[in-house]
Amino acid sequence: MSKPKLALYWASSCGGCEIAVLSLHEKILDVAAAFDIVFWPCVMDFKYADVEAMEDGEIDVCLFNGAIRNDENAHLAHLLRKKSKVLVAFGACAFGGSMPGLANFADREQIFDFVYKESPSTVNPDGVVPQKISNVDEGELTLPTFWNTVKTLAQVVPVDYYLPGCPPEASSIEIAVNAIVTGQLPPPGSVIGPEVTVCDECSRTKSEKKIKRFYRPQEIIPNDEECLLEQGLFCAGIATRAGCGALCPSVGMGCRGCYGPNEGVIDHGAKLLTGIASVLDANTPEEVDAILDTLPDPAGYFYRFHLPDSLLRRKARKNGQKLIESAAEPA
Amino acid sequence: MSDNGTFKPVIVGFLCNWCSYRAADLAGTSRMGYPSTLRDIRIMCTGRLDPTFVLRALQKGADGVLIMGCHPGQCHYQEGNYKAIRRFALLRRTLRQMGIEDERVQLHWASAAEGVRFAETVARVTKEITALGPLDWTHNIPNEDPYAEEEAHV
Ligand code: FES
Repeated sequence: MSKPKLALYWASSCGGCEIAVLSLHEKILDVAAAFDIVFWPCVMDFKYADVEAMEDGEIDVCLFNGAIRNDENAHLAHLLRKKSKVLVAFGACAFGGSMPGLANFADREQIFDFVYKESPSTVNPDGVVPQKISNVDEGELTLPTFWNTVKTLAQVVPVDYYLPGCPPEASSIEIAVNAIVTGQLPPPGSVIGPEVTVCDECSRTKSEKKIKRFYRPQEIIPNDEECLLEQGLFCAGIATRAGCGALCPSVGMGCRGCYGPNEGVIDHGAKLLTGIASVLDANTPEEVDAILDTLPDPAGYFYRFHLPDSLLRRKARKNGQKLIESAAEPA
Repeated sequence: MSDNGTFKPVIVGFLCNWCSYRAADLAGTSRMGYPSTLRDIRIMCTGRLDPTFVLRALQKGADGVLIMGCHPGQCHYQEGNYKAIRRFALLRRTLRQMGIEDERVQLHWASAAEGVRFAETVARVTKEITALGPLDWTHNIPNEDPYAEEEAHV
């Protein structure tokens, strides 16, 4: 019997998910033994045309990482959806938008202006910016259209399974690969992972949470025993799905929330907001505001990994809409 | 939009069962006049208000949200409205960063005896949101995918 066919693709991502696959170490050989890898641009020389030439549904499993922010990402999302029996949104970007998704706090124009004109490290006296079409001696070159709003994979094509994490831990990937190899998959649409939060995996002692101010990581050295949130450090573990083994809190860094919302949660940021609000030791709006002044950029904390996947999905767009300035206050 | 083409906002109201919902009842039975902009939803306590409700209302087309409950110190569950105060302050800062003006989402108090206060609050909030114009959130996310047969339903 021929081996099942596996494809891996990266859309708008950093490459960390590819490294996460390789961090399976010697288990990667089991993957290679169990699957016939038919498409993996990061590692092997396949062309898009090779995928286009395949039959529909010919690929058994496609692990797709990266958010969708331009026409090329979308093209491959649609193409791989058509050619794959099982499509997995692999990692936080494909699942929730993640870092690329933070672009949804800005517009395409704002991003281009900053990157190509205004950023302190940019020297561009001629104002050269990327063009969709440029003519060179060899002919016409085109770039994919860059979108105003970053999307998740599931907002572009139907997705069968989600594997959270930035990147997914080797242990999470193993669980997913084993499930696929043995055919013991959860119902389609499931997130592959536990249904508890990071706090359940965190060994720090938890008592009543009441804080008078937040500290940024560079401001204090937390002790090794107590809950980081109780020590005033922002920690997203209270509303983030487990599966990572509470890696960040175990080394004194508050959870950033990369495993995303827990089961049944519609908006990760809203749940985080509720959890964080509950630890404020204040009863009047003035007292609450004084504490919140020590937490700059709350939206950035709450939606770090799931802004495109949230209810509002982005900041109000500048064009055609009245806007107020960002509320992010300097610390 | 109202019949004559002028903008009339849709405001989703979350009113606590023990005070503000009764204040609304009182305003109604006393035949007090106030704008018909509020779509009120009864919740047991402002402490029950998950910020998800507010975000959902705005995402689904509301121009604003008005949360009302018992005065601080008078919550039927003792602490619920203090929880609401904390949550609301953080929600407001978050919404600002999303480009949503403060006036669109407000938290106020009215006891079961304060029908007048309830009616006046609805009138004032309506005026403020009317001045801002429609929120029209879906307008922020047009379909940019040339390969989509239709916008994926999310
Ligand atoms: S019961 Fe009214 S605010 Fe808690």
